[in-house]
Amino acid sequence: MNGVRSSRRLTGKVAVVTGAAMGIGHAVARCFADEGAWVVAVDVAPFGRPYPLVEQRSLDVTDEAGWAELTAHVLGRYGRIDVLANVAGVIGYDAVEQLELAEWNRVIGVDQTGVFLGMRAVLPAMLRRRSGSIINFSSDWGVVGGVGVTAYNAAKGAVGSMSRNAAVTYAADGIRVNAMVPGWISTPLTDRQPAAANERVIGSTPMGHGGAPHDIALGCVYLASDDSAFVTGTDFVVDGGFLAT
Amino acid sequence: MPRLDGKVTIVTGAARGIGRGIAELMAAEGATVVGADVLPFDGETALARTATLDVTDEAAWVALVAEVVADWNQVDVLVNNAGIADYDVVHETSLESWQRVIDVDQTGVFLGMKSVIPHMRRGGGGSIVNISSIVGAVAVPGITAYHAAKGAVRTLTKNVAVTYAGDGIRANAILPGWIRTPMTADQTDEINERYTRATPIPRAGEPVDVAWAAVFLASDESAFVTGVDLPVDGGYLAR
Repeated sequence: MNGVRSSRRLTGKVAVVTGAAMGIGHAVARCFADEGAWVVAVDVAPFGRPYPLVEQRSLDVTDEAGWAELTAHVLGRYGRIDVLANVAGVIGYDAVEQLELAEWNRVIGVDQTGVFLGMRAVLPAMLRRRSGSIINFSSDWGVVGGVGVTAYNAAKGAVGSMSRNAAVTYAADGIRVNAMVPGWISTPLTDRQPAAANERVIGSTPMGHGGAPHDIALGCVYLASDDSAFVTGTDFVVDGGFLAT
Repeated sequence: MPRLDGKVTIVTGAARGIGRGIAELMAAEGATVVGADVLPFDGETALARTATLDVTDEAAWVALVAEVVADWNQVDVLVNNAGIADYDVVHETSLESWQRVIDVDQTGVFLGMKSVIPHMRRGGGGSIVNISSIVGAVAVPGITAYHAAKGAVRTLTKNVAVTYAGDGIRANAILPGWIRTPMTADQTDEINERYTRATPIPRAGEPVDVAWAAVFLASDESAFVTGVDLPVDGGYLAR
């Protein structure tokens, strides 16, 4: 029987969080830091105020060279990478017959290829230490169909299967990979959506309300911490019961 | 601050194995834990109380919950962990054996939820954690009634999650993979190796692995989590 660990559950861990300037990524970065992790927060968008233990850097997750620079920086400054949270994402709303190839490529590039590039960038360092936890952001729309949102649906499903693939591939190397599956969360992304679209999703959520970025961040703390040492390849659903219906 | 500070919690099958791990960790995280089992509790324990409970006995459930509410006013968390397994294939499973497994693993979960939900509604909410299994989602040969019951627990959990979401009651299922417990110690090496060989993380799961997941689901950290399956299986279901 293990006793209760330090009340700070990520003390000493080094975490990279993408999409960390706002919304869910912002909450994940702060929550990790509150739990004692050294956090390197990255985004293409500008950051707001600084936060203790959070280093803010610019990164376009679709930029392979940018990832190489980032990991070199993190390893040089902190010596290792324990956690990668691939949160960065964009959404498009077009149905298949309206969807331009350029728009498809934009969404797939960030939501799917960005996750691949992130995993590939940090895995060599994790493999050297035979330890690591990767959290890739899927969505309820990676599990069931939404109306329109074609490219987002495709990318988020790909993140789920890619996460299971990496989980199985690297399990014996001490590296865990899980997919976070949020439902409707109040963020700048959902704020920009038409009210009717938001109401439709929230109306189908058994809890009857949306979630907050903090709800997702606390799930990420569990997946990043050693509490989840035997948890890999899962769809970790935080959605107010949406997928249970 | 402990993560389950002040939460009144009932854990079934708490005398040993996964249930004991959950009960002790929840107590260490500040919960007031009532451990219930048909078996005796050996050794020292941090639990607030231990109780004899046959989870298939509706009257015993009513009595236990009444006693807990009388002493602590509420039930915040219920962990339905008590379980037994049989190993027979369908055409060799006796009706008696089938019924016994379904009664404990499935009807026991129903009775536990039925007993605590009125009190959780009155108290403004609660968290129910039901222990299903990887074989509630996928199959291995034999072990027929256990498969049936564990699958039923998953859908039953989602049903309760959807039905009582408006009452502030959350219900989630943990799907353990192969965990080192007295139950698996009683199994043949052939059965155990079938699971462990197929588990990507090359070590046995321990009760504490399941217990940390249960702490997350019991705590307010998972306030927006309901109706989910949470595997703690070393990657077994991802293959």
